[in-house]
Amino acid sequence: MATTTTTVPSAGPIAGLRSFLSRLREGDEIARMITFLFAASVVLLTLLLVFVLWQGSVLPRHKFGFSFFRTSVWDPIFGQFGALPFIYGTLVTAAVSLFIAVPLGIGAAIFLAELAPPRISDTLEFFIDLLAAVPSVIFGVLGVFIVVPLMRQYIQPALKHSLGFLPLFQGPAYGIGFLTAGVVLAIMVIPYIISVSREVLLSVPRDQREAALSLGSTRWEATWRVVVPFARPGIFGSIFLALARALGETMAVTMVIGNTPIISASLFSPGYSIAAVIANELTEASSNLHYQSLIELGLVLFLLTFVLNGLARLLIVATSQRGRAMGHT
Amino acid sequence: MSPHLRWRKFVSGFMLTMTGVCALVSVSVLFLILGYLVYHGGTSISWNFFTKLPAPVGESGGGMANAIVGSGKLLLLATLFGVPIGFLGAIYLAEFSGGTTAFVVRYAADLLNGVPSIVIGMFAYSLAVLPFKHFSTLAGGFALGLMMIPITLRSTEEFLRAVPNALREASMALGASKWKTIISVIVPAAYRGILTAILLAFARVAGETAPLLFTALGNSFWSPGWNHPTASLPVMIFTYAIAPYDDWHRQAWAAGLVLLGLILVINIVARAILSRGIAVPRS
Repeated sequence: MATTTTTVPSAGPIAGLRSFLSRLREGDEIARMITFLFAASVVLLTLLLVFVLWQGSVLPRHKFGFSFFRTSVWDPIFGQFGALPFIYGTLVTAAVSLFIAVPLGIGAAIFLAELAPPRISDTLEFFIDLLAAVPSVIFGVLGVFIVVPLMRQYIQPALKHSLGFLPLFQGPAYGIGFLTAGVVLAIMVIPYIISVSREVLLSVPRDQREAALSLGSTRWEATWRVVVPFARPGIFGSIFLALARALGETMAVTMVIGNTPIISASLFSPGYSIAAVIANELTEASSNLHYQSLIELGLVLFLLTFVLNGLARLLIVATSQRGRAMGHT
Repeated sequence: MSPHLRWRKFVSGFMLTMTGVCALVSVSVLFLILGYLVYHGGTSISWNFFTKLPAPVGESGGGMANAIVGSGKLLLLATLFGVPIGFLGAIYLAEFSGGTTAFVVRYAADLLNGVPSIVIGMFAYSLAVLPFKHFSTLAGGFALGLMMIPITLRSTEEFLRAVPNALREASMALGASKWKTIISVIVPAAYRGILTAILLAFARVAGETAPLLFTALGNSFWSPGWNHPTASLPVMIFTYAIAPYDDWHRQAWAAGLVLLGLILVINIVARAILSRGIAVPRS
């Protein structure tokens, strides 16, 4: 690693200076400074991003305070900005996507990590990685032309017929709306859940499985009661990652959610999300307050994903380290 | 066999089968996507798609030549901006830095990596569009380049760290200075990984739409220069897909097929390079 140093151990200040000069002559200090500038620019750009978001949203933060998040009037003409419908839409679509993606993703990860032979597991993982690489606008196109008609004609009527007594599945079936956006998001985040959960499950020490099996549990019991609980924090990490991704997703959601600021208990209703309203209105903001309110929404999105990503990383690292530590003893 | 045991075995078999079904469903989504794109897009792709400008509404025909060139320009700018910062920053992290600086830089990169692309677009808009009062290719390249930095940086650092220390020591024992060691020993030893990292970062931003909405905007004609708005494939797909014209929908499918094809090919090539499936000529 970077532990090799060129300084002589017991060198005094003069010797230190001489060695610095010799390193300068050889170009090491110059190389160090140049690469440092580039590394520092990453930090500077990130700080600048936070600064721009914070500084750019001064007006609405002072004018509306917390009522920005509690009120639902979004009126550029009269200068009233309440973000509740967008926050609601973002959270509901993300919840729907997790409701679908979590069982499917964890199930698939269990299959890949526990059952499938390594070669098949690696091949399937390769396809999952490719699925993760599909750009969101492509999901949007498929959402608009395939999922929306499918929802309108078959799935939503069927849901209404069978579960229509729930307020979730009432109202006219437009095809667009929270449910469709959630389904498209689910497809987009499944690869993240599968890849990370599979990694975490694979890091569970072999002895854990063998101990459970030798005590007479079936293969499923060993998996579900021993391996999965061991890997649980990491699996939660993968879910947080997926959630962060679902909250910030823009294009696919914009294309299928309906872009109407409505708060409705029905998942069939069209709605709006934070990312979608930014995408639609930022370049056409009618006033400074309107523009800055959109920046504040961006700030909210940034903070949410920041916290979720941080938590996810902590959980995943902790789990795989525990697996490694126990595997060695 | 007791009934209870039989039940447990049944549950085990059933649940394990279900996990297999989950995996099958997830993977089949990729092939469904590919199938739909090939089915709808394949019939709309023609030579004109690659060589002609978009046709006005109501006229059939036309293509997306300007968007293809625009995407190329944007990605060139993004690579020129993002890869040097990511690559040289990673060299600093892996070879020069102490613990604290490295932690801060890594933390910033991870933070940047998690920022939703729409927020990146917002940032680029207020930094590179608002002050100049016009949309430009440069601003779009800046936004995409910003997204390339963390991916390039983190993976390059990992591959540099994977180079055995013995190589470093051997080079220095021969009297080479540190930067010569880095340039002529360490980077060549890690070049497959670095190339893979850059290709994956490239593929990731090639399909990004949200940051371009506020920066490169779009253009129905050839973009006259770097300082003007330009069309790009992802934004074209978006505007054409939500427009109410059948002809535009066909074009959107075709553009989607081209874009996804490009991205998947880059991904596969990148992975093949890493797994030593393809020989990369060393300069």
